[in-house]
This record gives sequence, structure tokens and C-alpha cells, in this order.
Amino acid sequence: MKGFGKAVLGKPGFVDLLVMAVIILVVFPLALDIFRLNLMGKYLTFAYCAVGLVMLWGYGGILSLGQGIFFGIGGYCMAMFLKLEASDPVSTAHQTTPGIPDFMDWNQVTQLPLFWEPFHSFIFTLFAIVVIPALTAYVIGVSMFKRRVSGVYFSIITQAIAAIVTILVVGQQGFTGGINGITDLKTLHGWDINTDSAKYILYFVNGVLLILSVILGKVVLSTKLGRLLLALRDKEDRVRFSGYDVSSYKVFVFCLAAVVSSVGGAMFTLQVGFMSPSIIGIVPSIEMVIFAAVGGRMSLVGAVYGALLVNYGKTAFSETFPTLWLFFMGFLFVGVVMMFPEGLSGLYKTYVEPRQRRWMMKVKGGKGIPEQLNENARV
Amino acid sequence: MPNKIALSIEGLTVSFDGFKAVDGLNLYIEENELRVIIGPNGAGKTTVLDLICGKTKATSGSIEFRGVELTRLPEYRLVQLGVGRKFQTPSIYENLTVLENLEISYPKGRSVLGSLLFKRTPEVEQKIMDTAKMIFLEEHLDTMSGLLSHGKKQWLEIGMLLIQDPALLMLDEPVAGMSVVEREKTASLLSMIAKGRSLIVIEHDMEFVKRIAHKVTVLHQGKLLAEGSMEAVQENPKVIEVYLGH
Repeated sequence: MKGFGKAVLGKPGFVDLLVMAVIILVVFPLALDIFRLNLMGKYLTFAYCAVGLVMLWGYGGILSLGQGIFFGIGGYCMAMFLKLEASDPVSTAHQTTPGIPDFMDWNQVTQLPLFWEPFHSFIFTLFAIVVIPALTAYVIGVSMFKRRVSGVYFSIITQAIAAIVTILVVGQQGFTGGINGITDLKTLHGWDINTDSAKYILYFVNGVLLILSVILGKVVLSTKLGRLLLALRDKEDRVRFSGYDVSSYKVFVFCLAAVVSSVGGAMFTLQVGFMSPSIIGIVPSIEMVIFAAVGGRMSLVGAVYGALLVNYGKTAFSETFPTLWLFFMGFLFVGVVMMFPEGLSGLYKTYVEPRQRRWMMKVKGGKGIPEQLNENARV
Repeated sequence: MPNKIALSIEGLTVSFDGFKAVDGLNLYIEENELRVIIGPNGAGKTTVLDLICGKTKATSGSIEFRGVELTRLPEYRLVQLGVGRKFQTPSIYENLTVLENLEISYPKGRSVLGSLLFKRTPEVEQKIMDTAKMIFLEEHLDTMSGLLSHGKKQWLEIGMLLIQDPALLMLDEPVAGMSVVEREKTASLLSMIAKGRSLIVIEHDMEFVKRIAHKVTVLHQGKLLAEGSMEAVQENPKVIEVYLGH
């Protein structure tokens, strides 16, 4: 645990992490009513994907345009569990086949499909939320990275996979709920998730899990593996010819990002109360990249702010300019990439931190944080 | 008495869409030898290094290093066998410090799990310090390597290979873009690191080649044109015709 302490505490990034934790766990709950807080919780579930993308894209240089797939895996696993609990024989007695989810009944499915069966168990569901995305990412990663598929080709293939998965989910209506997704989720082990108190609790669970994800990311990126990711992003051949199996590193970070996204997806289902293909397809996957880009693709904490800000903007834009807001999103992405490629965290590092340093120098009488220390503070 | 052969290349051929960049090449490098490969542009010098280190796959022929056939192994395995390669343009990690560059090149913790658990022990630090001294960069350990001058970047990449202690080190134009003083230093560096390992150097600077080479190989159009001491090669009429004469 010594390495853990060193990676998190006592580093310049620790303050940023603390500020973020206070905003999520104290400021928002105090300042917002439950409707807005629940909305914030929903935005924060997308932040998981952005955090994963910082590791995958910012550090590893691997741009995945299909992170929605993994968000969807987590979301659907949780939704399947909740749906089974909501479909007990008593409350579905009016159906042709009682005891199966309502959409199956509407689609003339008369028996629960085999792959739904294990989702009766909550333990299995939690297990699946972690293991299925890791396995999926492993299979995709091995088949692509071992063949040295990289750069824009990788991005396009992940996008294609996102499209395929969406089409599959929509097409297999009887098994997946189709375009409507899985709705009418009610209870978790008898605990009504739609009450205000449940929403409060879920918001905090979500917030804590997100902060833990950021800390996990910080720990991983502070090891030699983090520096290797940067190295292979910049000079892949040099890493390869230094005796490293580059593809295994790419597979690892792809799997890690997938698992983190999946946890976000599960929390989305719990807080929003449904899961549908519209949240896992190409457009949401690209939006996740925008969150990371706006927040700063080299900053785990920045990614969280990016997700909050862009989602807030999206809600505000779409309420005020229902026909134009997609253009605003596009402009935002292009503008960020062109004008401040390091995102919010880049702006912070350029404009705020030097001032802080000067101010600290004044206070301490000339003994501020040395320039070098801050330059090296990447995470 | 001849030394033991470390690297033997036989009948090596690679063709790109019918163009034979290297054509039936035979080349033998002894243990502890410093061999310089010269030749006009497009002679296939860099391609030969690419083939040895596994960056390019051979169409036919064999490359044997200390009894192990290299042509079918993945690149990282070759490195683990002791084959190190410096690229023509300095390939360093510009967003990492000199120290971090050397640390990543340190041959421990090369698996995913190993890199997660890797610790900067005193032993590692000592090795990094020693290497940094050797490549004249001990004052720049905390400098972002992207900020180094071109010559220092070249040294850093040499250092990144040295820290792995390779048995065969290949350097592609190590003094390109260096000042006169830097060339001097590099020449003494190369003679120092040549001890205990084989070196293959590609170079155009004849003065530099004269200073360091044990033996010179001249390539032309993917084929071996001449081989021998620097003096012998310089007087070879075929070599003067295609390369040195102009």
C-alpha cells in the first residue's frame, strides 16, 4: 500500500482530487434539489467513460469510438437483473407467459432465454459487470492489437462494432427490449430505487465509485506502466525494440477502460431507471470522447469536469435550441481541439497554476513549488 | 586467430513488390567486432538493420545470432536475446524526462504486471546514473528529453540501448547532425562500449568511420560490394566507382 499512498497523497494532483470529491459529495448534494442531483448523477456516469478514455486515448494514444459498447454492457447487465426482479409471476400475472419480462411477452417469447437466467443473481450481475466488458475488450484488443491495427483504423473498427451492437440489440427485440430498451425497473432486492431517498443513496454510491475509479487510474498511471503508455503513444517502435510486447499493454489499458466504463453504465441504469440502445451507439460513444477532450485528455480529474460541463451544456442547449444543439456540440469539439487541445486542464495548467505558484512564493517568501515539479505532474 | 562468429547472415533477400532491397546478402560479424556498413543512398543499409532487428520480415535467407534463428521471432523476443537497435532519427520519448527514458529501457518489469509492480530500487538508480554518465547526460536527468539538442538526443537513444546491455548493438548514423566536438565524444563512446559486444554502425562520415571501424562492409544495390579494412576498401576500384569517387 506504500505505492498507493505515494501515488495519491502528497502529489500536486491530490488537491485536484480532493476538490473534485468535495464538489461531488458535498457541494452538489447541498446545492441541488433531488431532480437536479439525479441529473448530475446521470452526467457523472458518463464521466466513467471519459476517465477510461484519458487512460486509453490520452495516455495510450488509442482512440476508441466505441466506449458506448462497454457502458452498454454494464448498463444492460444491471437492467437485466432489475427487470427480472420486476417481472415476478405475481405482478406479470396478466401476461400470456407470467414471470418473464413484459417486452418478451409482447414479442411472443414464451420462455426466458438461457442467457438471462444467471441474471436472477445479484452477485452474478456484479461479477458480469466487471468480467464481461473485460473479456469483450480482451477479444477485440487481442484480435486488433496483435495484428497491429492502430490509429484511425482502430477508431473506425470500434465505431463499426458500436454500430453492429446497436443494430443487434434493436433487432433482437424479444431478447433485448429492442429500441425501447429495458424499462420499468422498480426494485433492487426489494428496495425501491425510484424513491427520493434511494436516489440520494445511489447518487453517493455513484460518486464514491467514480472517485475510486479516478484514484485507480491515478495509481495505474503513476507506475511504470503509465510512463510506458506515454512512450508507446509517442514512439511505438522504440518501445517495441526495447523488448516490450506492445500489444499486451494496449490490450490491458483497453480492458481497464472497458471495465471502468461498464461500472458507469451499471450506475446509469440504477439512477435513471432504464437502459436503451440510444445510449450505447455511435453518437454517445463519440460524445464520450468529447467529454474527455473538453476536460483535457491527459487529466483524469479534468475528464470528470468535462463530462459534467458538456452534459450540462447539452441539456441547456437542447432545451433552448432544440434544432441547433447538435451543431453546438460539433463546434464545441472542433473548437476545443483547435483552440485548446489540452482541454480545461490545459487551460488550468497554463493560466491558473502559474498564478497559484507566484502567490505561494509571495506567501512563503520566495520558496514556491519548483517549476520542474509541476511540469512533471502529469496525472 | 579469428574470433567466434556472433551473427551470421546467409542468402538474405527481401523484396518490396519485386524490388529487391537486399539481394542474397552474406554477412558475418564476430564477437567483439565493430563493423561499419557504408554505401550510397538506397544501397539497403538501413534495410539490413531492419531485417536483423525484425522490423522488416525477410523474403528468404537466414539470420542467426549465437545459434538462434531470428527471422521468425517477434521483435521483443529479439531484444530479450540481446539485439539492440538505434534508429536513424533519434527515437526517444519526448514527453518523458531523460531519467524516465532510461528507466523504461531498463530491462526489468517488461510484462504488464511487472511494469505495474516495478520499483525504482537503488540498483536501478545506480544503473541509470552510470549510463547517464557514459552518455554525457548526468546533468540532464530531470530534463524533458524533447528539449535536448539533436546530438544529445542521439546520445540518449544510445544510452537507452546501453542500459539493456545488448550483445549486438546496431547504430544507424549515430553522429548525424552532431557538432565536431560531439562527434569526438561519440567516437570515444563507441570504442568504449564496443568492448564485450558486437557493434554494427551505418555511417557516411568517412573520417568517423576511419576512427572507429575494425572492418568495413560496402553495400551497393542490396548486394555486398566489398569487405575488409578501411584502407583496403578505400583503394578498391569498384568502391571508388560507385561510392567514394564522387
